[in-house]
Amino acid sequence: MKKIFYSVMTLAIVATMVACGIADSGNRAAQELSGAGATFPLPFYNVVFEQYAEVNGDAVAYGGIGSGGGVRNLRDKIVDFAGSDAFLSEKEMADMPEVIHIPTCMGAVVLAYNLDGVSELNLSGEVIADIFAGNIKVWNDERLVALNPGVELPAEAIIPVFRSDGSGTTFVFTDYLTKVSPMWSETFGVGKSVNFPAGQAAKGNPGVAGVIKQTKNSIGYVGSEYAFAQKIAYAKIQNLRGEIVEPTAASISAAASGEIPADTRCSITNSDASGAYPISTFTWMIIYKEQNYSDRSIDQAVATLDLLQYILSDEAQSITSEVHYAPLPEKAKEISMTNLKTVTYDGVAILQ
Amino acid sequence: MNDKLYKVILFIAALIVPIVCGGVVYALVTDAYDAFEHFGFFKFLTSSEWSYTEGAEQYGALPFITGTLTTTLLALVFCIPFSLPVALFVGEYFKGTRIAAVLSTVTDLLAGIPSIIYGLWGFYTLRPIIMALNISPQGSGILTASLVLAIMIIPYAASLSAEFIKMVPNDLKEGAYSLGATRAEVIGKVVFPVAGSGIFSSYVLAIGRALGETMTVTMLIGNTNNIPDSITSTGNSMASIIANQFGEADGLRLSSLIAIGLVLFLITAAINMVGKIMIKRARIS
Repeated sequence: MKKIFYSVMTLAIVATMVACGIADSGNRAAQELSGAGATFPLPFYNVVFEQYAEVNGDAVAYGGIGSGGGVRNLRDKIVDFAGSDAFLSEKEMADMPEVIHIPTCMGAVVLAYNLDGVSELNLSGEVIADIFAGNIKVWNDERLVALNPGVELPAEAIIPVFRSDGSGTTFVFTDYLTKVSPMWSETFGVGKSVNFPAGQAAKGNPGVAGVIKQTKNSIGYVGSEYAFAQKIAYAKIQNLRGEIVEPTAASISAAASGEIPADTRCSITNSDASGAYPISTFTWMIIYKEQNYSDRSIDQAVATLDLLQYILSDEAQSITSEVHYAPLPEKAKEISMTNLKTVTYDGVAILQ
Repeated sequence: MNDKLYKVILFIAALIVPIVCGGVVYALVTDAYDAFEHFGFFKFLTSSEWSYTEGAEQYGALPFITGTLTTTLLALVFCIPFSLPVALFVGEYFKGTRIAAVLSTVTDLLAGIPSIIYGLWGFYTLRPIIMALNISPQGSGILTASLVLAIMIIPYAASLSAEFIKMVPNDLKEGAYSLGATRAEVIGKVVFPVAGSGIFSSYVLAIGRALGETMTVTMLIGNTNNIPDSITSTGNSMASIIANQFGEADGLRLSSLIAIGLVLFLITAAINMVGKIMIKRARIS
């Protein structure tokens, strides 16, 4: 009886070991990867990292500390990758060893509003710029009325709501306004923090959304993933082709259907593609091209690339719309796979 | 032998506190140095520009110093009509009764509520009322933040004041009564003059509490970086600008935020010191 017990136990242990071996990718040991950065893709990353851990056995820890903080951590070489909603400027790239940008998913900035009895609202880029610049002060302004035929707009003051903290969402939003409005570009410009002249501010997407829900006649910009999940009323926006477009996974992906540069560092706001939602954006993971830094092992480097390849896979991309993002277009995935092949360890390409 | 060991342990433990405090000041000063050097100490304090434009960054603390001082002063004004009666109720009129004990416990309870809960109440209850009354269209602002701050500092002002009112010697009060003074006259002519500096110091300490309040103010003040032009307009306090912006800040902006932290630290320390000195005086007299 005892003998049987032992043999069963041995069998169980062997089986477990075999199972672990299979869960391991290739012949390397499971790694612990760490990254930090943008909060915008956090809900997507949480799901993807969990699934990746099941598939590959590598654990990934990601700190949502903001794009700026993530890039700082990568510059200090204390993380394997940084998450960022804004691609690095030439100046930032010059400050650190060569990096590559890998887009991971797409999102958008939507204009959420709180207006009694108004269930559909159309806006154009210039009108949005004038609202946030404080030039359009009331809801029944003639330019708003012209965009919304048949809609009863109240004669109430508009209360713009914006972000009080530095944010990639603000960056994407102001990047769009800078493109569509010369007035905006001259007076306010683009940045993660911008001095909005009118209205009030709140911290984080939840903060802005909370203020809008609580404040009649307010309008503010919120990350699409947040607005979709929270079912807030948001506006349709006129794109470069003059089409009035609702933000959806399809219209956001459509914004990236144009040319994408080889390093994927491009703004896709105000896209001229048909059916494109004009305030769309990529979010990126940024890694060093030379992976041997801070005593990282080759296994860790391989694991980092495995993770990025997994994120670019159809399996991971299909998760995007479930968690209210949009999938990458084919072209962005192709370019990124090519870029991943240039990543080296001690000067030798890791992927063959 | 054992006595000596205790002494050493005690000495080390006691020394750690001033070291930590000194370390905080040292870290604040070194990190704030960049901002003071770049903008100049007085220019930093008096400039109202807070602009992020890369290459032409301009950071000045004036809007936030104004925001902190206006919210604190308003909170003080709003709190007096509630805290002073409570103090008199507990310390004089119903001294030692059960109802006074209940009232003072309830007041102290206010001090134990975490500030985030005051913030939630302010955001979801008070703010809609302010909007419904048409006091301000957006609801948030200096006024809203001050009202909630006032409630938060009532217990600090009330319970300490009550203690000082209780301490007024009975001989004095009885003397006044024997001369035919009414209760109101006794309070106005005996209790307040005797307990005055003690009551004053309790309000000073309450101010110290209001100055640094972060969470509630951040949720209610509206978070705009300009000098508020009326009490219903939005603004930012020193604590709330730090809470809002430290996450994405680096370089000069981070240094400026830390400089604001240092200034807040100094103001709070000075106010607390004044309060402590006044208490000492009140006790001696």
